[in-house]
Amino acid sequence: MSVITLERKVLEKNDEVAQQNRALFQERGIFVLNLVSSPGSGKTSILERTIEHLAGSVRIGVIEGDVQTDLDAQRIARFNIPVVQLVTNGSCHLDAKLVQDALQHFDLNSIELLIIENVGNLVCPANYDLGEALKVVVVSVTEGDDKPLKYPAMFRNASILIINKIDLLPYVNCSIELLRSNALKINPQLEIFETSCTTNAGIPEWCAWIRRHLKS
Amino acid sequence: MCCYIIAMHELSIAHNVVEIVSKAVKTDELSRVLKIKMKIGAMAGVVPESLDFSFKAITAGTSLANTKLVIEYIPFRIRCEKCGVITEMESGVIECPQCGSSSTQIISGQELLVTEIELEDD
Repeated sequence: MSVITLERKVLEKNDEVAQQNRALFQERGIFVLNLVSSPGSGKTSILERTIEHLAGSVRIGVIEGDVQTDLDAQRIARFNIPVVQLVTNGSCHLDAKLVQDALQHFDLNSIELLIIENVGNLVCPANYDLGEALKVVVVSVTEGDDKPLKYPAMFRNASILIINKIDLLPYVNCSIELLRSNALKINPQLEIFETSCTTNAGIPEWCAWIRRHLKS
Repeated sequence: MCCYIIAMHELSIAHNVVEIVSKAVKTDELSRVLKIKMKIGAMAGVVPESLDFSFKAITAGTSLANTKLVIEYIPFRIRCEKCGVITEMESGVIECPQCGSSSTQIISGQELLVTEIELEDD
């Protein structure tokens, strides 16, 4: 019997392509966010409010990832900004190669902020680096305050937590303080925003944060 | 329905494992691969049973049909930077259970590695 010893990361190929993406983004001065959450937490609505708020002053591009349909891309296309829909046909996450292919459809000189809306799933997208600058995890108060404890990998890999649908707090059994402290137990470095896409609460603060991180 | 299970990311991870092994071993020797050893951390977000299931599904009828995945499960452990205690954590929380400090370092549990390939002799 012979043995080949190797110490290879299973996702090394994805990581390689992600690094190529990252290098390209840096070269072009594009700030890239990977928006992750479970389905229905409000990623697309946050995107819409963000685009509304930054429209006219920030050149934004969007990559939409879904298992099926281009419904989200249609929602974003209304804002007359470049958008590419990736349909994964059953796969539960985006990977770096899908994003690399999608980039061919953008004029990279015409955008300074690229937001990638990942497939709604709090498990699998945590493993796949896309080349983004930061992961932004969205959790809505209707999902409960224990979400970070149940899906720790996603909260650990994210830099930003957006707690969405805060206008619904009076109607749901969710303690925002507990949600925050659970998230910080997983990742003490998380920067946290609280938003409502219905009342627009927190959107100006979130957009101000984006502005501060854009390359001049 | 089983296709829901293999549509999870364990399927794409199984494909990556096959690719790594196919690069490390010559094509005409692939059928000699007895075992593929892996390390999977408790916090890697990968279910060993699903990965094994996916691996069997994609290697059926190929040179790797008789190859076994041997998965070493690595516990999630943190070291406290304040009190120095190393603790194996059951959840993903990284707060030191000894002193409550949140300045801790993850020392294991995030691995997702192919570590060894065992081949049958000629």
